[in-house]
Amino acid sequence: MTKLSTYEAAMAAYEPVLGLETHIELDTGTKMFCGCPTAFGAEPNTQICPVCLALPGALPVANRAAVEATMKIGLALNCRIAEWTRFARKNYFYPDMPKNFQTSQYEEPLCEDGYVDVAVDGDHYRVEIERVHLEEDTGKTLHVGGATGRIHGATESLVDYNRAGIPLVEIVTKPVPGAGDLAPEVARAYVTELRDIVRSLGVSDVRMEQGSLRCDVNVSLNRAGDAWGTRTETKNVNSLRSVERAVRHEIRRQAALLDSGEKIHQETRHFHEATGETSPGRSKEEATDYRYFPEPDLAVMEPDREWVERLRSGLPELPRKRRERLRAEWGLGELEMQSVVNADAVEIIEATVAAGASPTAAVKWWLGELSRRANETGVELGELRIGPEQVAELQGMVDDGRLNDKLARQVIDGVLADEGGPAEVAASRGLEVVSDTGALEAAVDEAIAANPDAAEKIRGGKHAAAGALIGAVMKSTKGQADAGAVRELILSKLG
Amino acid sequence: MARLARLEVTDDELDAFAGQLDVILESMQTLGEVDTDGVEPTSHAVPLVNVFREDQPQPSLPRDAALAGGPDTAEGRFRVPRILDDEE
Ligand SMILES: [Zn+2]
Repeated sequence: MTKLSTYEAAMAAYEPVLGLETHIELDTGTKMFCGCPTAFGAEPNTQICPVCLALPGALPVANRAAVEATMKIGLALNCRIAEWTRFARKNYFYPDMPKNFQTSQYEEPLCEDGYVDVAVDGDHYRVEIERVHLEEDTGKTLHVGGATGRIHGATESLVDYNRAGIPLVEIVTKPVPGAGDLAPEVARAYVTELRDIVRSLGVSDVRMEQGSLRCDVNVSLNRAGDAWGTRTETKNVNSLRSVERAVRHEIRRQAALLDSGEKIHQETRHFHEATGETSPGRSKEEATDYRYFPEPDLAVMEPDREWVERLRSGLPELPRKRRERLRAEWGLGELEMQSVVNADAVEIIEATVAAGASPTAAVKWWLGELSRRANETGVELGELRIGPEQVAELQGMVDDGRLNDKLARQVIDGVLADEGGPAEVAASRGLEVVSDTGALEAAVDEAIAANPDAAEKIRGGKHAAAGALIGAVMKSTKGQADAGAVRELILSKLG
Repeated sequence: MARLARLEVTDDELDAFAGQLDVILESMQTLGEVDTDGVEPTSHAVPLVNVFREDQPQPSLPRDAALAGGPDTAEGRFRVPRILDDEE
């Protein structure tokens, strides 16, 4: 059983230093060094060729679109683009690459020295970027004969090289000190911001759950004033929430070790989604003599400055700027906008506003009722079976007085159940505010007759007692009356 | 050196290779006699830069052909012996 400090005790005694290494699979149509397609989910080993397999005589050639995408990422992260850069072979023995090396970059990355600004709880942090380089993804191994597909105890492995050679961008931060007890949140905010930046560039779908964005989290602890401690590197961190949990867990685990006078080993650890804990990786992963050397089969790259400047001026509006603009347009406070960002609802709210809803209404639906529905069913907002146009249409019906909030929620039930758009659902389920004054008056009279005590109190000036009568009317009209109109009617009759 | 490169060689082969390696190393020494003062080290033999291909798909190998080069296959995949030793 791993010994853990409480997070508070760990933070009282130590200061954390973070480091994040992120891999992003680009969504080019072909691989990094050959013309094999990159479609996700193809039959195993149907997207491989002599270059992928490193057959004798095969000659790799770099994909211009992948190089350009990497430079866009570098520029968006405020990096300097190298004037001279080349690929290198990273040699290792593991069957996920048939070449026994991975083509990567070593001392001359394509982009260097950038930064990303993030905000947590109103505080701003600058995460400095050390490098952004281009490499290729590896194949997928299926371990057979052991417990539940794990490599331990497996008797053999089966390898699919479809993914081997897909362009992969590695983004490495400089050490991030100074986040203090917000370190887990800062780590998460950084990965979120990075994901949004890359998504805005349109060069990757950056989906953590599909592995097109993968994150390794480095954490070390030191006492105030001391030199930085020994760091661990946690792999397998496959969601934004896990980034935060992995940092928090490593802080608690390392603090407990340091408290009892033990040393932290520089090692690779694996994050376990189910428990939120980390466990040591294989010792052989530490044998990191990769014997890097320049890749002689690929030409050196000298991105000319005109190309770089063209890319820079073609960058889209980046998320931070866009959020500021939208926040002003929508009239939201900074914290409110933060909730929208954290709920990953910026785009969907923007589309709802574009479809005609007021920003306030759009924020209310997506952060309220619809977030709740998404949580209940364990899906993202964008995966709900109701879209921005339908939410705008629904709000339009509320604005026209045809629906109240309660009826609107029932209309949402119908839309989510694929019964059609809001108007159709309202019609087919008979959901519409009773605007027929005669019917409403009859319902109010009935309620007064059935609740003489409440009626008497209202006559005596206790308007708060109207609630019971309103409730009775809403019940008899199956919720299809406008509560405000009912209240007015009751007060005018008993006033 | 055989272990570093993960090669399995018999003692007889080892003797033969050792002899061949000596010849190679001797040839390299000849290269060392060339006067390279004032010559920058290079990783590339041809003076080409910025060689790119466009992002256009080309046909991959038929799967049977792709798998044919591997010693063993199963379920459309390359089959490899256990990766970790027992003690790991
Ligand atoms: Zn290929």
